[in-house]
Amino acid sequence: MFDNLSEKLQRVFKNLRGEGRLTAENMEQALREIRVALLEADVHFRVVKQFIEQVRLKAQGEEVLTALSPSQQVVKIVLDELTKMLGGHQSKLRFANEPPTVVLIVGLQGSGKTTSAAKLARVLTKEGSRPQLVSVDVYRPAARQQLAILAKQVNVPIFEGTLDQKTPLELARGARKEAVQTGRDLLLVDTAGRQHIDDRLMQELSELKEALNPTEVLFVADAMTGQDAVKSADEFHKRLGITGVILTKMDGDARGGAALSIRTVTGQPLKFVGMGEKVDALEPFHPDRVAQRILGMGDVVSLIEKAQSVIDQKDAEKMQEKLLAGDDFSLEDFRDQMKQIRKLGPLEGILKMLPGIGGLKELKDAKFDEKELTRIVAIVDSMTPKERGNHMIINGARRRRIAKGSGTSVQDVNNLLKQYGQARKMMKSFSGATGLLGKKGGKFKFPGMPGIPGF
Amino acid sequence: MAIQTLFGSASAEPNLLEKLKAGIQKTRSGLVGRIEEVFAGQKEIDADLLEELEYTLITADLGVRTVTEILEQIRLGLDRKSTGGAAEIRGLIERHLLEVLVASDGPMKPVSAPPAVIMLVGINGAGKTTTIGKLTHRFQSEGRQVMLCAADTFRAAAMEQLQVWADRNGVTMIRQTQGSDPSAVVFDALNSAKARKADYLIIDTAGRLHTKENLMAELDKMRRTAQRVVPGAPHEVWLVMDATTGQNGLEQARKFTGAAGVTGIILTKLDGTAKGGVAVAIARELNLPIRYVGVGEQIGDLLPFEPERFVESLFEK
Ligand SMILES: Nc1nc2c(ncn2[C@@H]2O[C@H](COP(=O)(O)OP(=O)(O)OP(=O)(O)O)[C@@H](O)[C@H]2O)c(=O)[nH]1
Ligand SMILES: Nc1nc2c(ncn2[C@@H]2O[C@H](COP(=O)(O)OP(=O)(O)OP(=O)(O)O)[C@@H](O)[C@H]2O)c(=O)[nH]1
Ligand SMILES: [Mg+2]
Ligand SMILES: [Mg+2]
Repeated sequence: MFDNLSEKLQRVFKNLRGEGRLTAENMEQALREIRVALLEADVHFRVVKQFIEQVRLKAQGEEVLTALSPSQQVVKIVLDELTKMLGGHQSKLRFANEPPTVVLIVGLQGSGKTTSAAKLARVLTKEGSRPQLVSVDVYRPAARQQLAILAKQVNVPIFEGTLDQKTPLELARGARKEAVQTGRDLLLVDTAGRQHIDDRLMQELSELKEALNPTEVLFVADAMTGQDAVKSADEFHKRLGITGVILTKMDGDARGGAALSIRTVTGQPLKFVGMGEKVDALEPFHPDRVAQRILGMGDVVSLIEKAQSVIDQKDAEKMQEKLLAGDDFSLEDFRDQMKQIRKLGPLEGILKMLPGIGGLKELKDAKFDEKELTRIVAIVDSMTPKERGNHMIINGARRRRIAKGSGTSVQDVNNLLKQYGQARKMMKSFSGATGLLGKKGGKFKFPGMPGIPGF
Repeated sequence: MAIQTLFGSASAEPNLLEKLKAGIQKTRSGLVGRIEEVFAGQKEIDADLLEELEYTLITADLGVRTVTEILEQIRLGLDRKSTGGAAEIRGLIERHLLEVLVASDGPMKPVSAPPAVIMLVGINGAGKTTTIGKLTHRFQSEGRQVMLCAADTFRAAAMEQLQVWADRNGVTMIRQTQGSDPSAVVFDALNSAKARKADYLIIDTAGRLHTKENLMAELDKMRRTAQRVVPGAPHEVWLVMDATTGQNGLEQARKFTGAAGVTGIILTKLDGTAKGGVAVAIARELNLPIRYVGVGEQIGDLLPFEPERFVESLFEK
């Protein structure tokens, strides 16, 4: 969907004379492309300007690496600088010397504060903390109810307040007291959304901060935020001294340039990213990945991690051992791999995560049909164990029976057997690294994927 | 300015307009001041001024492509007439933006037989539920009977939130249990609205990212369900968009239009410092009109969209 920056830069250097080395002239054109890429990713105008200057300086001082083409070299400089600017991995929260540690969660309306509060409670419980939640949003309809439901989902106690506790300050104080009394070592305070120019509500946050003395003040920002991100983040930081940022809704296709804007204007680390509406969808912030994403370069690391997280490692290892032992790749193995692939979710989604995929003609034409995967599984399930063990015995009559049993056509069964045959041949040629993730070879491969040449 | 409703036009309340003025009128320094300064000093239109213009438009989230095209057009315009005053530049830009916004504008299709069914869609947290509370108020003050449909059966306390708005407005809300099929709620609500002869039925949907195909397909199913109960429904599908949204807004508009047949935009949270310029890019590409703007969290904080005011506010600091 987005033009990949690496591809654009390749074009820049191809269209210019002197390909093969960086010159002042082609560098300027490359910088213009970088500028557009960053602006399209919603990085703030001034932040882009500053960044481009930095890259220019860096490129001038750079030794010429003969191993890399000019475009690769520029991409590398840009990526390195961007990653550096986004900061290191700092997803750890700091804790107070004396519990309870208080975390104040703030931000604009609808950015994802309440959801993130519950997600954080879940993550921190897993890490051994004993958190308590409280919502001091006395304004938005059903805001406190929302957190109460989420608290139940993550199995963390919530302070609901008494009838006489009506103001945010009263609620927060009450919650803190209860946390102490019930031996909770962490208090997560969800606040109402507000505009940074709303003086009264910003003042309210200052007072909350004063009263609670939080160790962390986390600013929750929507990944889709545009140029305004600098203004809101700056104002929240000036008035409250934020200590970290949570970037939400990164499960979409926003490039997330606001991350760079916010980081630049506040100097505070990005700590987590929200990856969905469900309470388990919170991930540590990885500057390198977000840098690639801002530049529109896909997200290979996430893809591999996703694959690793859904693919049953034990199964993969078992398969590997089996194949190493010289056993045949059976139809059952074939089916199991299809099931694994299906677990990865919509294939188009996965392929979008890969950089430069748009350029590959074979992939564009290939059909990535979920239904096809389901059909394959159904067909293999309709075979007898004997047939699954030896595909050679599947004659015409058996094919008709299998087709009927799986609700498919004989043509479908024929196709499957053909694909299986190809996959089997491919598996045989992988001596050594043959797990689904090809652990030994260190390469990421999907042997046996139907109709996807060269994957 | 007359407000277009699904049943014809109603006149605007002046106090609301004043409110908008107060809401978005801020110090007029920035570009305007700069242009006037340039003009007064008879300076040349130089690269600095062009960069300042670019800055203003890009930081308003119009998008680098849109801005480049606009500035290119301005440059051409200047070459031809070549007086080149700063005021003229601003005039040219304003005129261009207005043309874009007016071209995408148009009256809503009148609904011959009530209920007029309006569905609000958009990404998470954009302001759909709140906007429904405000729309209900607006329609009621025009003397119309409104009913609500709680088709966000997914998010925690989403139905409770809409219920508060229904109660505030004193209207009926149709709901089912948490987790039930949104289309089933739509089916119920439309039948109910027909039986009770409501003028408007407004459907609240769960927030969803436009990249989630199954959730987008769910919107399509809801539309088809509505169509089965009331031919022609939903008569309007409004995409609710947060004014802070950057360039991703364009892709949102494309995808929601594709899956849910969006007929207009509601731009919320214009009471902050964000300008909502991506709506210009959306109007340019998809020809979608902006119907209303949200300027706060209170029941009266919804205003009909006024292109002139909007364009003016793009240049305000
Ligand atoms: N897709 C996606 N949705 C999210 C994420 N985080 C939050 N949401 C959704 O965004 C919407 C707003 O989230 P809330 O947690 O209510 O936001 P908030 O900041 O508390 O909102 P206010 O209290 O009204 O200011 C809800 O629909 C959430 O489900 C995320 O990481 N991904
Ligand atoms: N300042 C301001 N806040 C608004 C405006 N419209 C909505 N909000 C706030 O934005 C937040 C999200 O609004 P909701 O109506 O819950 O948004 P939604 O689109 O229904 O959210 P989900 O159903 O979770 O996707 C709430 O805190 C609202 O009060 C507006 O025009 N201005
Ligand atoms: Mg909240
Ligand atoms: Mg809602």
